[in-house]
Amino acid sequence: MSILVCNVSKRFGDFVVLDDVSLDVESGSLTALLGPSGSGKSTLLRIIAGLETADAGEILLSGKDATALAPQKRNVGFVFQHYAAFKHMTVRQNIAFGLRVRKRPKAEIREHVDELLHLVQLQSLGDRYPSQLSGGQRQRMGLARALAPEPQVLLLDEPFGALDARVRAELREWLRQLHDVVSVTTVFVTHDQEEAMEISDQIAVLNHGRLEQVGAPRELYDEPVSEFVMTFVGDANHLGGVLVRPHDIELWNEPSGDALEAMIVRVTVLGRDVKVELHDGAGAEIVALLTRDQFDEGGFWRGQTVWVSPQRERIFAEAG
Amino acid sequence: MRRSGLQRVGLRFVALAYLALILVGPLAIVFWRTFEDGFEPAWNALTTPDTIHAFKLTLIITAIAVPVNTVFGIVCALAIVRRSFRGKGFLNAFIDLPLALSPVVVGLSLFLLYGQEGWFGSWLSDHGIDVLFALPAMVIATIFVSLPFVAREVVPTLREIGDEQEQAARTLGAGSWQTFWRITLPSIHWAVIYGVILTTARCLGEYGAVAVVSGRIQGQTETATLRVQESYESLDLAGAYAISIVLASMAIFVLVAFTVVRPREETA
Repeated sequence: MSILVCNVSKRFGDFVVLDDVSLDVESGSLTALLGPSGSGKSTLLRIIAGLETADAGEILLSGKDATALAPQKRNVGFVFQHYAAFKHMTVRQNIAFGLRVRKRPKAEIREHVDELLHLVQLQSLGDRYPSQLSGGQRQRMGLARALAPEPQVLLLDEPFGALDARVRAELREWLRQLHDVVSVTTVFVTHDQEEAMEISDQIAVLNHGRLEQVGAPRELYDEPVSEFVMTFVGDANHLGGVLVRPHDIELWNEPSGDALEAMIVRVTVLGRDVKVELHDGAGAEIVALLTRDQFDEGGFWRGQTVWVSPQRERIFAEAG
Repeated sequence: MRRSGLQRVGLRFVALAYLALILVGPLAIVFWRTFEDGFEPAWNALTTPDTIHAFKLTLIITAIAVPVNTVFGIVCALAIVRRSFRGKGFLNAFIDLPLALSPVVVGLSLFLLYGQEGWFGSWLSDHGIDVLFALPAMVIATIFVSLPFVAREVVPTLREIGDEQEQAARTLGAGSWQTFWRITLPSIHWAVIYGVILTTARCLGEYGAVAVVSGRIQGQTETATLRVQESYESLDLAGAYAISIVLASMAIFVLVAFTVVRPREETA
């Protein structure tokens, strides 16, 4: 049930999509492949599924070499961004597909499909065609279809990317719960760091085809290894040559130490936190996140000149 | 942009008038002339042994050429849309060749290949195989001229549906054969059916290439279309019209049947 990606490289013509990527996905975990578009995350997922072949490197599924295995022999479930629903089949037939090609007995298929329809809350829609479903329902069907043959690993390629924000948040939460129930090794691709942080046990950050960092969400946020990871996972300010998280910025009413002079241009109260936007002497924007207490204690106001200093700062040897 | 009622009626009138002039008119005249002297002469002309043989021959040729071109067309369309290989552009262009080439030229080229002086001709006659002036050459000629229709119908549909459903089927455990039968074919079946109908119509109506390679031997290598020409030339106009009517009716029947069977969503 584990996935091991060893030194995988892939080019499309002159363009290097994946550059010597190695990744270890533990059995039963939920891992996010996070990166901007063009970072190679979808290609990596498709190589794991066998839908794309690597130019170099190996894929091991449950410790066995699967590099040259055809997709239909890998026993993976794949969920597509645009659902890839079988349009000429009903929801039931879609979900049953993987069982029918395995020639399972009819009664067993019916029973299993009923269970899955229940699991993805589509019980009453089994006889509909995909064109009669909403986007969220289609994706739940896609998920049930992928889970039906009881795959070793579940791979999801930007599964919520085509859905509106509300449905997306719902499905995200629901996928996490589902994973707790089914606990199949899951890898999903996303460009949304919030989505990755919210539901995954482990995040692999990709940039320009290279793996920047792998770790638990908290680890990436607290201990980013590069400027890219720091700015992509969470917000960050450039403050006099160093990178600082908005909540690691302190504001002072008077000059102190080597604090930077800046002017408050906007104050937004976000429930318990207060977002303070400032401009420094050079006009660069700084965003600070204070608690209500800190803000009220300081008695800050818009247009005020304050002094800014980082509580915790980071300097990365290699820029970008 | 909405058209005014008058504009819409005008457009409709022009389109229908044009169709009437070009298509319906000539066809109606043929129908009228056939039954001018009642049903009897037409029936007599149709039931002569030579005419019956001609129809049989046309149906046999069609029955061979249509399945061959259906399989070939689907395979070619899959190759063009789903694969990348050297010579793909060549294949793509080559498929259209029969549309551009006059059937007479096709007939002549078969003559050059299979005739006594041709590349394969002497070898074939040494082995006692008759190609020219016999069924094989007529089938080959018909296959050639009706080759593009299935592929040309299927290619755009394959492009439109994309390959994600096929990929999904693969990840769900389906091999390439299962994927084709369960996913690809059901998605393209209307295009295939329409291609088959056009191919059938083309085979039934083929004249030029078959005229060259058949030798036009009455009662032996004469197809229905050749029979029309033959009757016309021998001033048997009733016979010529009657056979034409049957050919036209077959074509109209398949087209109407298709329009009726085709689901509404497909026409939208």
